[in-house]
Amino acid sequence: MFGRGLKTLSLITVALIVGAFALVFFYAPNEADQGFIQKIFYLHVPLAIVALCGFVAGGIYGILYLRSGDRMHDLRSYVAIHLSLILGVGALVTGSIWAKASWGVWWTWDEPTLVSFLIVFLLYACYQPLRFSIEDPERQARYAAVFAIVAGAFVPLNFMAVRMAQSLVHPRVLSTTGGSMPGSMRLTFLVSLIGMALLFVTLWKYELASKSATFKLRALKRKLAGEDEIWTGNPRRSAAPTL
Amino acid sequence: MPALPLDEAGKYVAAAYLVFLALILIYVAIMAGRLSRIEKDLQEVTELLERRTEDEREPVAS
Repeated sequence: MFGRGLKTLSLITVALIVGAFALVFFYAPNEADQGFIQKIFYLHVPLAIVALCGFVAGGIYGILYLRSGDRMHDLRSYVAIHLSLILGVGALVTGSIWAKASWGVWWTWDEPTLVSFLIVFLLYACYQPLRFSIEDPERQARYAAVFAIVAGAFVPLNFMAVRMAQSLVHPRVLSTTGGSMPGSMRLTFLVSLIGMALLFVTLWKYELASKSATFKLRALKRKLAGEDEIWTGNPRRSAAPTL
Repeated sequence: MPALPLDEAGKYVAAAYLVFLALILIYVAIMAGRLSRIEKDLQEVTELLERRTEDEREPVAS
């Protein structure tokens, strides 16, 4: 049952997102160097962080699937990666808008943070075509889990590589010294980050509930129609897992 | 680059937040499509169940 507690979670998420945006525009001061344009930071950075964490979560569910063979873990992994891709698009577009406003260009290839995020995004963009290319649901789930684990391990490695790269162009938000944000900005950023993380979890649960309901209904329909034997194929070829 | 004036920066900030809003709305629209498909499936299941119940009620002709 993925729908359990979804109503409460949704309400908390909406409250946090609205609260975060209120803090962004009415509480956090304008940054001295960039001015008002820095407000994009409270959207862009949480989007990127939550997307990367979602990719890692997809890898963790991939491990759980390979260990247990439980198709629900495959579904969880698929939905986490699918949602992370959507948030990744958001991070790339908002980042591009921010870059244009503060650097004067939509994109720059000599900035490790940007390029590495794009590489991770493009890597995961192969996930759905990979799934779609495999017809057998069992093989599809197994190969997708292996992909999710390998790519998921690549995400923190990539993050560390970027940290080690010396660049003065892209600002560092979270550092071992605690960054250089004043308290009000830090609070706003943290509320935005928690709001975005909760949005991810809420949408993840929504999609899982929707997919689970669809599968159960189809199974019930087949049963009622008299096809009682175990059915393993997809009704039509799909990248989404079948239960 | 020096900080953009508020009227100039406002456009970019609005664009970024609108992108986020658009993504959420597109996602909600896709979910709405899925929900209508679930509703259709549910309708078919209900019809199948009703047909089956009617078949069971009918007396067996000998």
